[in-house]
Amino acid sequence: MFDDLRDLYQEVIFDHNRNPRNFHVMEDADRKVEGFNPLCGDRLTLFLKMDGDKISDASFQGSGCAISTASVSLMTEIVKGKTEAEAEELFKQFHEMTTGKEEKINLEAIGKLAVLAGVREYPARVKCATLAWHTLDAALKNEQESISTE
Amino acid sequence: MTTFPIEKIRADFPILQEKIRNKPLVYLDNAASCQKPQQVIDSIVHCYSHEYANVHRGVHTLSVRATDRYEGAREKVKDFINAQSTKEIIFVRGATEAINLIAQTFAKSNIKAGDEILITAMEHHSNIVPWQMLCAETGAVLKVAPINLQGELIYDEFEKLISDKTRLVAVVHMSNALGTINPVEKIIAAAKAKNIPVLLDGAQAIPHMSVDVQALDCDFYVFSGHKLYAPSGIGVLYGKQALLEAMPPYQGGGDMIRKVTFEETEYNTLPYKFEAGTPNIADVIGLGAAIDYLNEIGMDNVAAYEAELLGYATAKAKQIKGLRLIGEAREKGAILSFVLDKIHPHDIGTMLDSLGIAIRAGHHCAMPVMDFFEVPATARASFAMYNTKEEIDVLINGIESLIEIFG
Repeated sequence: MFDDLRDLYQEVIFDHNRNPRNFHVMEDADRKVEGFNPLCGDRLTLFLKMDGDKISDASFQGSGCAISTASVSLMTEIVKGKTEAEAEELFKQFHEMTTGKEEKINLEAIGKLAVLAGVREYPARVKCATLAWHTLDAALKNEQESISTE
Repeated sequence: MTTFPIEKIRADFPILQEKIRNKPLVYLDNAASCQKPQQVIDSIVHCYSHEYANVHRGVHTLSVRATDRYEGAREKVKDFINAQSTKEIIFVRGATEAINLIAQTFAKSNIKAGDEILITAMEHHSNIVPWQMLCAETGAVLKVAPINLQGELIYDEFEKLISDKTRLVAVVHMSNALGTINPVEKIIAAAKAKNIPVLLDGAQAIPHMSVDVQALDCDFYVFSGHKLYAPSGIGVLYGKQALLEAMPPYQGGGDMIRKVTFEETEYNTLPYKFEAGTPNIADVIGLGAAIDYLNEIGMDNVAAYEAELLGYATAKAKQIKGLRLIGEAREKGAILSFVLDKIHPHDIGTMLDSLGIAIRAGHHCAMPVMDFFEVPATARASFAMYNTKEEIDVLINGIESLIEIFG
């Protein structure tokens, strides 16, 4: 019935929505930033544990749609062990993939984040996918205030 | 009910033939804005093709023609809401501008520090923010009457909040987020007993029921054209003549003056005092055409037909496991706001869109209502007179299928 949506709602997304990874408060986090999308009410808190310039652990709390939940869940998985510079590069790649401004996406670097490429066809949903990454960006820049996609 | 001309009505709305994602459009976002019948579209084309010029100015034939049609539409609005005089019908951009106009003229000249403005907890942002701005400017206080879990105004609490300091009661006639129809007769009577003027925000009510401002005895009634099958960018402020006379103008410019020198300006009479600049001529004429269209069907017939649609949709929705209705007032217009267990409204919106169904997902410009029900957003199907039970079946099937797929 929802064949048209197969590119947007891939099974991986349903899986991460049902069972989000790293979904817990991190008591000893070094960075904690809130992300909010006022348009749809998606709200998340991202926690990072840093080891020098390396992200040694990442977790989140909050509520949102399947796209935003899967996006942040996947992100916390992929950034673990990455340096700040590597994480920023991933953000750049992810942004290009979802907004479609550049077709030259490094598929190898983007890895399983590629399941979110489908949002490009749904402009109203791009912000759902990018909220996690804007929040990460703020956390890496050590901005303490909550960030918003609006 | 069998006499309701649903097939003829549907045929009058060209957009209903549109295919969305290769499926017939099921348009259930009418509370956000509704579609336009051919008669309204034609009236605008006709205006620009045969009768367009500036109004109230020219001695030439076209200007006279345009002025006649423009003022004719004002007459239609007056009759539609049963105002006493066309002097009480001010054309504005929409309900939002009308409320801002009242806040910046009537309220600003009558409200001072410590005075109170009373609204309800189910207001649209357009009936909250202008008052917050005014309060910040004047030191007045905004009082908010609470609602219950059915989404109804708790009337006793409302009445208790009417005080000696209340200078204005501003209440939504029908809630866009919940569908609740407020007991406006009681509200107006209670306010009148203390000589407090009442503003009704009729943006959502006006397409669903007949409205008689004299019977209601409200002081202001505002609505937008785009929710009444008329063009966007046009709306109406109704105000009692005596109040409008006493109010200072809103904007200065052409058309709202009688005489201008560099020393002083004499303002024009009603309604022109509040219509500075060249108005939205074609869309006013379109609003007149929409009213003609609705008069032919009859607002009471529209209300009866939509009540049947809502009853049908509500009964079906209640059978869906995991669906929670947001807003179950006894007095309710054709709006079905709901949330689903573990499925975000935006996912519902995208999924239904792929089936050709247009609903709204979000906070509906009523964030305090979302906070009250402790939901980030709701999905909202809102019905118009051109919707059918078959379309509701398509909606219900769509919801059941997406629940299945989300597992």
